[in-house]
Amino acid sequence: MQSPRPSGLKSLGSTTGRFRRWWNHGDLPFRAAIALAGILVLVIVLAIGRELWAHSILPREKFGLAFLTTSTWDPVRQQFGALPFIIGTIETSVLALIMAIPAGIGVAIFLAELAPDWLRAPLGTLIELLAAVPSVVFGLWGLFVFIPDVVKPLGNTLHSAFSFVPLFDGPVYGPSRLAASMILAIMILPTITAVTRDVFLALPRTQSEAAFALGATRWEMIARVLVPQSLSGILGAVILGLGRALGETIAVTMVIGNNPDLSASLLHPGYTMASLIANEFSEATNETYVQALIEIGLVLFVITLLLNMIARLLVWRVARRFTGGTA
Amino acid sequence: MQVRGLNFYYGNVRAITDVNLDVPEHRIVAIIGPSGCGKSTLLRTLNRMSDFVRRSRMDGEVLLDGENIYGTTVDVVDVRRRVGMVFQRPNPFPKSIYENVAFGPRMLGIRNRGDLDGIVERSLRGAALWNEVCDKLKESGLALSGGQQQRLCIARAIAMEPEVILMDEPASALDPVATSKIEDLMRELRESYSIVIVTHNMQQAMRISDDTAFMNVNSQRSGHIVEVGPTKRIFTDPQQKETEDYITGRFG
Ligand SMILES: Nc1ncnc2c1ncn2[C@@H]1O[C@H](COP(=O)(O)OP(=O)(O)O)[C@@H](O)[C@H]1O
Ligand SMILES: [Mg+2]
Repeated sequence: MQSPRPSGLKSLGSTTGRFRRWWNHGDLPFRAAIALAGILVLVIVLAIGRELWAHSILPREKFGLAFLTTSTWDPVRQQFGALPFIIGTIETSVLALIMAIPAGIGVAIFLAELAPDWLRAPLGTLIELLAAVPSVVFGLWGLFVFIPDVVKPLGNTLHSAFSFVPLFDGPVYGPSRLAASMILAIMILPTITAVTRDVFLALPRTQSEAAFALGATRWEMIARVLVPQSLSGILGAVILGLGRALGETIAVTMVIGNNPDLSASLLHPGYTMASLIANEFSEATNETYVQALIEIGLVLFVITLLLNMIARLLVWRVARRFTGGTA
Repeated sequence: MQVRGLNFYYGNVRAITDVNLDVPEHRIVAIIGPSGCGKSTLLRTLNRMSDFVRRSRMDGEVLLDGENIYGTTVDVVDVRRRVGMVFQRPNPFPKSIYENVAFGPRMLGIRNRGDLDGIVERSLRGAALWNEVCDKLKESGLALSGGQQQRLCIARAIAMEPEVILMDEPASALDPVATSKIEDLMRELRESYSIVIVTHNMQQAMRISDDTAFMNVNSQRSGHIVEVGPTKRIFTDPQQKETEDYITGRFG
């Protein structure tokens, strides 16, 4: 629409004026900067993938898909099968999530809705501090305190109560998949809790008021409004936790026992992809061995990307369902 | 519903002073007055939404069917089920139209699909929204226009079959057409419910209410009711100079 300009604004019509206005207003440069950052992230991810792919050519050509489905890892005979490590990574991460999600949501509900005022800030800070503890400290603590005091007794109890379930087959070791999962759960708990609490605190007051005005109890408000409306945010928190669990190296290496065991028992030692790379990279002496470890890295990279994409898809679908289809 | 000797304090500040007000059945009571005089504060004491304000305190009584809703044996949740509320800004849940209306009944434990369908249809008809949404009940409540959203919130409130409905400037965020629809609806709701409406719009109070209470701040800047009576009398023959000044726009 053209409207006659007041004469005082004429200069804005000139080319330099228009450029300055465009530049100061900042819409286009801002969008360009954002796009550039987005492209940069994509380029970095692709570059990493390409490097991993290019440097794992030897084992890929030699073993093909068998690399993913066989379980012999024998550097001396140049046999490389990654199955136990893939299973170990997924198993410990999923188990950690199963333990950390309900606990994290519970603590977040407490922090956001139930805790008395004087407790919120100190407890929140404590949890954020826990997220900043270096993983090697978790590993040491796990090895010398948590395993003997908690994991071992728990393992014995589980074994004697459910020895007929393959998951709890004996003998009961200290360092085990259970130990790794529990340490991972403790490590990702602060992340999940802190993010979920922030998501809960972002619920508009008008929404909780609407529920209360209809006669909702606090629990009904939490269960029917707060949690459902926060689902996409909670999923985001879970993705962050999962990312940390999948890639966590040193703490897991210290407590999992590092044994490529294919038994189903959680009480037995296991091995993860990240631990394997950390343990063996410095000893890998020939090219196929090094490249097999890089291929492990590639698999970990792809699994992380896939799980992230699945989770994001979930977030997107949930968000669309809850925040109003067309609007 | 009767309010007796109600005082409400935010911390040490007395926001409303010695309010007495009767809300007879099947009547619309409008509360008017300059902004900041405590209209919303008063309204929120009527269904105990005021309980959520930290460091607040009240004394006095609010009687619902003769029983003080602040009595020690009274269940707050039950009070809020019997006294519904519609807010200034429409606040539907980000759920489907159907689920918005079914929210309250579901909390009461009604699960049977047929029963819920019946309640949803009755409530949407009651809120004069059924004809506009009957073929898109599964769509999000947020996809509706502002006026439709506000009527959805009214449907959500009447699905609980309350005795009283409180409305805090329910049309102030709406355009004139949507506003007049809400006003028509209120006249219909009057058949089944008692209504208390806060409004800053005197024409609106005149058009829809049976009784009008005029609130103002006193010399200590605390809100109180200056005058209450049948709407016609308040606007044609106010007994207090303050009321006359306000309704004739010679205020302040
Ligand atoms: N949560 C609160 N804490 C402290 N003071 C408040 C709070 N809510 C309202 N007030 C004060 O109480 C007075 C009445 O407010 P309100 O009831 O919202 O008036 P109205 O609805 O008539 O505009 C105002 O002075 C306001 O500043
Ligand atoms: Mg108000």
